[in-house]
Amino acid sequence: MTFFLEVLIGGLLSGVLYALVALGFVLIFKASGVFNFAQGAMVFFAALTFVGFTEVLPGWTGLAQGTAGNFWLAFILALSSMIVLGIATERVVLRPLVNQPPITLFMVTIGLTFFIEGVAQGIWGSHVRGLNLGIEDVPVMFLLDNFDMIISQFDLIAAGIALVLFVTLALLFQYTKVGRALRAVADDHQAALSVGIPLKHIWAIVWSVAGFVALIAGLIWGARNGVQFALTFTALKALPVLILGGFTSVPGAIIGGLIIGASEKLAEVYLGPFVGGGIEGWFPYILAMLFLLVRPEGLFGEKHIDRV
Amino acid sequence: MFYREAGQFKASYQADSRIFPIRQDQIGFVALMAFLFLVVPFIANQYWLQAVLIPVLIFGLAALGLNILTGYAGQLSLGSAAFMAVGAFGTYNFMLRIDGMPFLVAILLGGLCAAAVGILFGLPSLRIKGFYLAVATLAAQFFIVWVLVKFGWFSNYSSSGVITAQRVNILGIDFRSPEMKYLLTLTVVTVLALLAKNMVRSSTGRKWMAVRDMDVAAEVIGIRLMRTKLQAFAISSFYCGVAGALYAYMYLGTVEPEGFNLDLSFKILFMIIIGGVGSIMGSFIGAAFIVLLPVLLNVAFHGSIGAFVPADLASNMELIIFGSLIIFFLIVEPHGLARLWQLAKEKLRLWPFPH
Repeated sequence: MTFFLEVLIGGLLSGVLYALVALGFVLIFKASGVFNFAQGAMVFFAALTFVGFTEVLPGWTGLAQGTAGNFWLAFILALSSMIVLGIATERVVLRPLVNQPPITLFMVTIGLTFFIEGVAQGIWGSHVRGLNLGIEDVPVMFLLDNFDMIISQFDLIAAGIALVLFVTLALLFQYTKVGRALRAVADDHQAALSVGIPLKHIWAIVWSVAGFVALIAGLIWGARNGVQFALTFTALKALPVLILGGFTSVPGAIIGGLIIGASEKLAEVYLGPFVGGGIEGWFPYILAMLFLLVRPEGLFGEKHIDRV
Repeated sequence: MFYREAGQFKASYQADSRIFPIRQDQIGFVALMAFLFLVVPFIANQYWLQAVLIPVLIFGLAALGLNILTGYAGQLSLGSAAFMAVGAFGTYNFMLRIDGMPFLVAILLGGLCAAAVGILFGLPSLRIKGFYLAVATLAAQFFIVWVLVKFGWFSNYSSSGVITAQRVNILGIDFRSPEMKYLLTLTVVTVLALLAKNMVRSSTGRKWMAVRDMDVAAEVIGIRLMRTKLQAFAISSFYCGVAGALYAYMYLGTVEPEGFNLDLSFKILFMIIIGGVGSIMGSFIGAAFIVLLPVLLNVAFHGSIGAFVPADLASNMELIIFGSLIIFFLIVEPHGLARLWQLAKEKLRLWPFPH
């Protein structure tokens, strides 16, 4: 039973991280209807830019590597890069493609994926880097002593950061003017335009926010597995979460992430040995697909009524 | 002046329903085929045949398969490489396990295996639409590759699932030289492409297009959705499967399941987007573009400028240029290169007296 709980909690915690990546997809899909495949590349770009800055900044400012000043300066610079990237994407790529079919927009983000990957590695080099956030990946002693469970402290804190981010975004969406505008655009582009909401600004903001989410996701994933090209594959982890939760729902992304994370780990532990292991790659997809057969719009996706 | 249909009258139903109704097109097509079959094998060197022409034909066939599904029937799929894998491994096993199995029959059976798997993974399309379906087809992509790696039976228990293509011998002729491989590939691809052209012109294709444009409306006018969608999945997968078998037997010789990864699926999707969604010829133009682009970039970076650019920067530059070109093409011509060809034909009808 303890072992089961341990696996379950470990799965839930990694599910939060999947949700973090999925969140970036949802934000952009909601606001602009673009299925942004480049989200994974953005995570990679953000993490690499951050690590790159922490390495070169000491030479420029004299701050020692590993100090808080250096960390935050690098964070701000990386965030600025993501915002510039977001605005540039809106300007150069999306604006000329307004009103194109969704598949074209999807393809253009795949092109963008190649571009971002090339730029990131072109600037910062392609070797694997470590990223230290100052949180150690050790079991939580309290749980180990009292319940005999091994739960990583890092996972716990990372999940905490992610939850803070979710709540902040939710509050931002609910109570600020920009948030209201974002929700209006997500509801109906034309109606939002007609009441005077500047669609282009909103898209730039959404892409920047997605860049911010990508940065947080990149830091956490990067600290866990090293900053390397494999970070781009986080997008593939997020896709089943998306279809499970629905493309347009933020709570859906979170709950989908939890379900996928937990069931993936449980399946690997309890089902994996019977079929030879390595099922983590496809299990979430099959699960999400079976789920879709019951609810074609995902858990919280918008019900779509077909009219002729 | 030279390219116009004025004065060409269709006096029979047969003449009316030809693939190429205009005489200039017929002449052009025959000339092209004659060039590809009779001239190219003699003038092309080994590099061109092996690294350019054969892959263009094979990828063109795979793109054609995806185009049937995505371009004509409107079902977005990201799993084409997996269906290619089924075709390749299916053909391999038929060749391996049945004595004296003719290669063409094995390819056909391999394609049918792919079609069966395609129907299985096409079932969700009855319920799921759009991007949800696209992500669901990723399930096929990951699952099939995993099965081929995990279960040694498919690759005759070789290490890490690598298969080596058996020698191909048809009616006593050995297909080992690049020229023979090219001719065999060209024959299979031509037959299947003409078949596809006829399919999309007939009621089958019109049903697909009706489903693509609006499936509820199609259902209302009496098109059986389930049958049409699954038929599109089956035929598309059959084409991908045959392409996969050719990929293994005529192009690479040795393949592993991991070779049919998501990158390959995306590559095929790129081909139809750049070539033209819903166009038979577009599939081949797109394939040519995607196959030739890295070659050209490679030549550019390792030839003239290569001396000044370090290797890993060059590979990143290739990524950047590849990505930019895709974005550029989509912005400039969202309907693909096939559309440019159409526009050129429109222009040619009036040239050189536009008024």
